[in-house]
Amino acid sequence: MRVYAFLYLAFLYVPVLLLPVFSFNNSLFIAFPLSGFTTRWYAEMAADSEMHAALANTLKVGAAASLSSTILGLLAAKVLARGNLRAGGLFLGLTSLPLFIPEIVLGISLLILVTSSGIGLSLLSVAVGHLLICLPFAIAVLMSRLEGFDASLEEASRDLGEDGWMTFWRVTFPLALPGIVSSLLLTFIVSFDDFMIAFFLCGTDTTLPVYIFGELRFPNKLPGVLALGSTILIASAAMIVFAEWVRHAGMRLNQYRTIGRA
Amino acid sequence: MKSAVARTSRLERLIERSETASALALLSPSLIVLLVTLAAPMALLLLYSLWTQNGVALDTRPTLAQYAAVFSRAGYLALFLRSVAISSLVTLVTVALAYPMAYFVAFHVTRAKFIWLILLNVPFWTSYLLRVFAWKVILGFDGVINSGLMRLGLIEKPLAFLLYNPTAVVVTLAHAYAAFAILPIYVSLEKIDRSCLEAAADLGDGPFRRFLRVTLPLSLPGIIGAAVLIFVPTTGDYVTPTLVGGSDGVMIANLIQVQFGRVNNWPLGAAMSIASMAAVGALAVLVVQAARASVARIR
Repeated sequence: MRVYAFLYLAFLYVPVLLLPVFSFNNSLFIAFPLSGFTTRWYAEMAADSEMHAALANTLKVGAAASLSSTILGLLAAKVLARGNLRAGGLFLGLTSLPLFIPEIVLGISLLILVTSSGIGLSLLSVAVGHLLICLPFAIAVLMSRLEGFDASLEEASRDLGEDGWMTFWRVTFPLALPGIVSSLLLTFIVSFDDFMIAFFLCGTDTTLPVYIFGELRFPNKLPGVLALGSTILIASAAMIVFAEWVRHAGMRLNQYRTIGRA
Repeated sequence: MKSAVARTSRLERLIERSETASALALLSPSLIVLLVTLAAPMALLLLYSLWTQNGVALDTRPTLAQYAAVFSRAGYLALFLRSVAISSLVTLVTVALAYPMAYFVAFHVTRAKFIWLILLNVPFWTSYLLRVFAWKVILGFDGVINSGLMRLGLIEKPLAFLLYNPTAVVVTLAHAYAAFAILPIYVSLEKIDRSCLEAAADLGDGPFRRFLRVTLPLSLPGIIGAAVLIFVPTTGDYVTPTLVGGSDGVMIANLIQVQFGRVNNWPLGAAMSIASMAAVGALAVLVVQAARASVARIR
């Protein structure tokens, strides 16, 4: 059993780990034998101004999508975690629907919408499309964080004189913070890595995945793409580990939440 | 007495109504987003599928001509069947490989489960495009496998059959969607009440029978969830067939994308999309029912 588990992990990781390995390889061909260590592909990538523009666009869209989906997700999770709304299950199903629809269909239907309504292809359209696919993740993360949230804490705050907004800010928000951070990071990654929706909606301002997809047609650009890809992989892996750590740290803090109960 | 009770229940109803109202208020932004980004586009997609593209102009008289074209073209049907076949194979392979892994973490890992879960989680969140690209690099004619095998002296000429065919698509998709399988299966295995297994053991079942009669049926929701989560998106996958499929590994997403690209026949593309989604959805429902029925018979 153990052997199988390790073999399976190897199967999961080795193909992806090959990207960094060959990104330092001093050869245009991504093949064995390795021909010496070099960082020139990284230098080449760092100097690519088209890539910089795409990266900037991707960061802008990612920030917008993660912020908006986390805010909406927080509002929704607050309601759903309380668990007494009958249509809650229906709402959850509706927001999770994008996960079960092939991305190409989501992409073309949004394309039809923005072109026929005159909104046009732009980074804003991409951000709105990303909001759609990020929302289920935000809701899932925040719901698991707010589950069993003791409403009496908020009631106590209101009894002591705080209005709704300050109650949210001083009671709900701090307790939900690990979930909020986790949701921001995870939805950012979802938006950052998305290709299909950006492919259809971005117009002239490309995002990084769309840029990479375009570069894949040129064999001599391949090592540069490897360098870029490796950088992205390592950065997102670090973000994911951090997001999960935050989420688990938050869950361990749950044991201190009995202050609401006698 | 009666008036006090009546007043209390009216107050309760008021509170309940305001709770529901405030709940709806909090949910409404998300609902609006769903309406604009999901409901409206899908409705437009449906509308487009009923129109016709006449050169540069769009004929908006409703007609089922596009659907007729979709179902009468033998090429489309063959492509759809190939996509379903590839996805079915991918689903089977991925779920079969993931189940023992999930079982291991759920039942055999006592310390540091957290680390295992992170290790299994990380690939799920990394860029799908990059993972497909990694396989393109691995399976290529001048790629990692070929050059490695040649270097080791195991083959003399590079293997040409590794890339640009349906097999490459299956392998790449199985790897890319592996993470989608592990998590649902793990969650459902983790939820199984261990005392059921203890009871079965007490009543005389050996480990294999215990697995077959308790663990497997109880983990079925996770298996079904994983299967649907893999089958439905992979039939409509675009990136993998484009990068590693070549001309033999083309799937329906490629044909649909072309309608919105150089062919510029949006109504036909819309009809293809809806027809494919409906067919895949129907298939998924059928398979889920069949799986549930067959497991019920084991019990």
